[in-house]
Amino acid sequence: MGAVAAKADKKQFQQGDVIMEVRNLTKYFPVRLSLVQSLRTDNPPVLKAVDDVSFDVYKGEVLGIVGESGCGKTTLARTMLRLTDATSGSVNLEEVNVMGLNPLEMKNLRRKMQVIFQDPYESMNPRMNVQTIISEPLRIQGIARTVHDARDVVTSVLADVEMIPPEEYMSRYPHELSGGQRQRVAVARALALDPDFIVADEPVSMLDVSIRGEVLNLMLNLSREKGVTFVYITHDLATARHICDRIAVMYLGKIVEMGTAEEIIRNPLHPYTTALIGAVFVPDPTHRGISEVLKGEIPSPVHPPAGCHLHPRCPYTMDICKEVEPSFLLYEGTHQAACHKAEKARG
Amino acid sequence: MALLEVRDLKMYYRTLRGHVRAVDSVSFDIERGKALGVAGESGCGKSSMASAVLRLLPSNGEYHGGVITMDGEDILHMPEEAFRQNVRWSKISMVFQGAMNALNPVHRVGEQIVEAILQHEKMSHERAVERAEGLLDLVGINPKRFGEYPHEFSGGMKQRAVIAMSLACHPSLIIADEPTTALDVMVQAQILKAMAELRARLDLSMMLITHDLSVIAQTCDSIAVMYAGKIVEYGSVYDVYGSPVHPYAMGLVESFPNIHAERSAVRSLPGFPPNLLAPPSGCRFHPRCPLADEECMREDPPFRQIGTTGHMAACHKAEIVQQGVDVWAQ
Ligand SMILES: Nc1ncnc2c1ncn2[C@@H]1O[C@H](COP(=O)(O)OP(=O)(O)OP(=O)(O)O)[C@@H](O)[C@H]1O
Ligand SMILES: Nc1ncnc2c1ncn2[C@@H]1O[C@H](COP(=O)(O)OP(=O)(O)OP(=O)(O)O)[C@@H](O)[C@H]1O
Ligand SMILES: [Mg+2]
Ligand SMILES: [Mg+2]
Repeated sequence: MGAVAAKADKKQFQQGDVIMEVRNLTKYFPVRLSLVQSLRTDNPPVLKAVDDVSFDVYKGEVLGIVGESGCGKTTLARTMLRLTDATSGSVNLEEVNVMGLNPLEMKNLRRKMQVIFQDPYESMNPRMNVQTIISEPLRIQGIARTVHDARDVVTSVLADVEMIPPEEYMSRYPHELSGGQRQRVAVARALALDPDFIVADEPVSMLDVSIRGEVLNLMLNLSREKGVTFVYITHDLATARHICDRIAVMYLGKIVEMGTAEEIIRNPLHPYTTALIGAVFVPDPTHRGISEVLKGEIPSPVHPPAGCHLHPRCPYTMDICKEVEPSFLLYEGTHQAACHKAEKARG
Repeated sequence: MALLEVRDLKMYYRTLRGHVRAVDSVSFDIERGKALGVAGESGCGKSSMASAVLRLLPSNGEYHGGVITMDGEDILHMPEEAFRQNVRWSKISMVFQGAMNALNPVHRVGEQIVEAILQHEKMSHERAVERAEGLLDLVGINPKRFGEYPHEFSGGMKQRAVIAMSLACHPSLIIADEPTTALDVMVQAQILKAMAELRARLDLSMMLITHDLSVIAQTCDSIAVMYAGKIVEYGSVYDVYGSPVHPYAMGLVESFPNIHAERSAVRSLPGFPPNLLAPPSGCRFHPRCPLADEECMREDPPFRQIGTTGHMAACHKAEIVQQGVDVWAQ
């Protein structure tokens, strides 16, 4: 841990090339209606899981997407990678329009984009050993014909995730690994195809806190050393603050604020971000008491409030917030937010 | 005299492969109106310790010694009938791990609270309904929702309802086992805030079980850090977070990132907890401990006071750690 930690400290991300451009990305799900309901309406309601989201991902950065359960993080990730088709909008990966690819082109592109899921138990076949698990994507892509063919790659990615000596782990089965090691295997499997872009959806939320750090630092180091771009999806703003270069905050299908981790945590512009930060507990007893939290609960994404989605819960609601949706504007540096109050304060 | 005093409590599970020593000689106090946080990795015995206090063991659970007193009265050896009538739910109640998912889906939430009240107190159904509505109000649920079913409640509301149920018989101590673990950050903060207000209003003591040391830091007065069935460090939150003396407690505190701190690497604690069927010799933490030496492999360290009154730890190297060594630096 110590060695990993020390390396991570020194390297700061330098903003540079854009690897992915997401524009007006939207994903609606149909809402199931009873027969009677569907006869009464011409305009069937939809669930706006991702609602007109635009942002860039920089090459080699760790980008955090944070927000409460149901705000659309996983759906955003799945649509970005075209694991599910978008309702509208576009995604360009290194100038290639992902939405316009045919199935074969898509299969080839999959090599560049990998995803790591939350649950290390469910995403691994318990009857396969580590070597078979990691070589699976190589065989699917036709890069290796047999498990044996893939041995060199498996050895090298196991070393990348610091499971050393690799030979010792290759023949093990998932139940013979600790939770942290299992999640490292998931990372190793994602690395097997040498991708440029990895989306990690809650990769550590199932792990005991004592071992989360090792997986997170691993991601950070891979991004620094191999230039892999990571999108880290989490509801844990505290780890995002320390792992991510930039953070996007989502609420009800929209990105409400985005900026460097520093900008977001030290100088939040959106009241939702402020509330989210206030709701994070800190391991420090001199920080007593719980700050004011937002009232009520997240409204349904089928009927989101008009105007600014946060207005029924926001302590600063003005008349305009109830009617006009705030635009996502650039403030200082790379800091963007969609909030009438912030806009007014800026003048 | 503390409200609850537990001394050398041992509770093991009988299994085909031997005893699982889930609670192995633990000692702690809970003062009136105060909150004790119990922390530790998954499987270290937190829930087992809670069921041992409430005398709700599964059929293979056995006490192997120890004393539990409440207001000075021995409640571990009192007959079950007396315990059931005078202690369980009426003095000590519990919100079980995952309880919000155990609400009966076919009964109205309000009626489930009424049932909990009537099980322990004789009163008319009408009065019980009144009390249940009062309890819902107390935990921040509109009493008008008395007649709704669990599926009409959000996760946070279900958890509030379960807390209301645990308050049905005006206990003086509530044991809450991971009450917010499955909930979102914002809802977690809402629930913990509501609980803190309730505790102040009702002068309630609490034992809060959670793996989240950040939650304990902000809501509890003292903390017991468990490892492999034992309490390895115990004391006021100021002592334990400010100057931890057990390498495990220190490592665990450090693995919680502070959102307000300067950007730094998230730390972790290498290795994993032992099998409680055959825990390591000597100090159970020795295989993971950077400071472990031959003594640690041989001798089980006594639970003893280190430094300030009430700051206890079980570590041969506590004095070294206390001098400010960064145990986990490399
Ligand atoms: N296949 C689907 N069909 C219908 N609705 C869906 C589908 N997938 C997701 N949703 C809905 O879209 C919204 C966003 O869900 P999503 O899983 O993206 O949220 P999330 O931010 O990842 O939440 P969590 O933190 O719980 O993982 C939710 O309201 C969810 O119920
Ligand atoms: N009925 C049982 N029979 C045998 N072993 C048991 C039984 N119940 C629990 N255990 C074991 O006792 C140990 C302590 O379990 P316990 O549920 O108290 O842990 P915990 O600290 O509450 O964990 P978590 O954080 O996952 O809830 C574990 O090793 C568990 O496998
Ligand atoms: Mg998700
Ligand atoms: Mg438990």
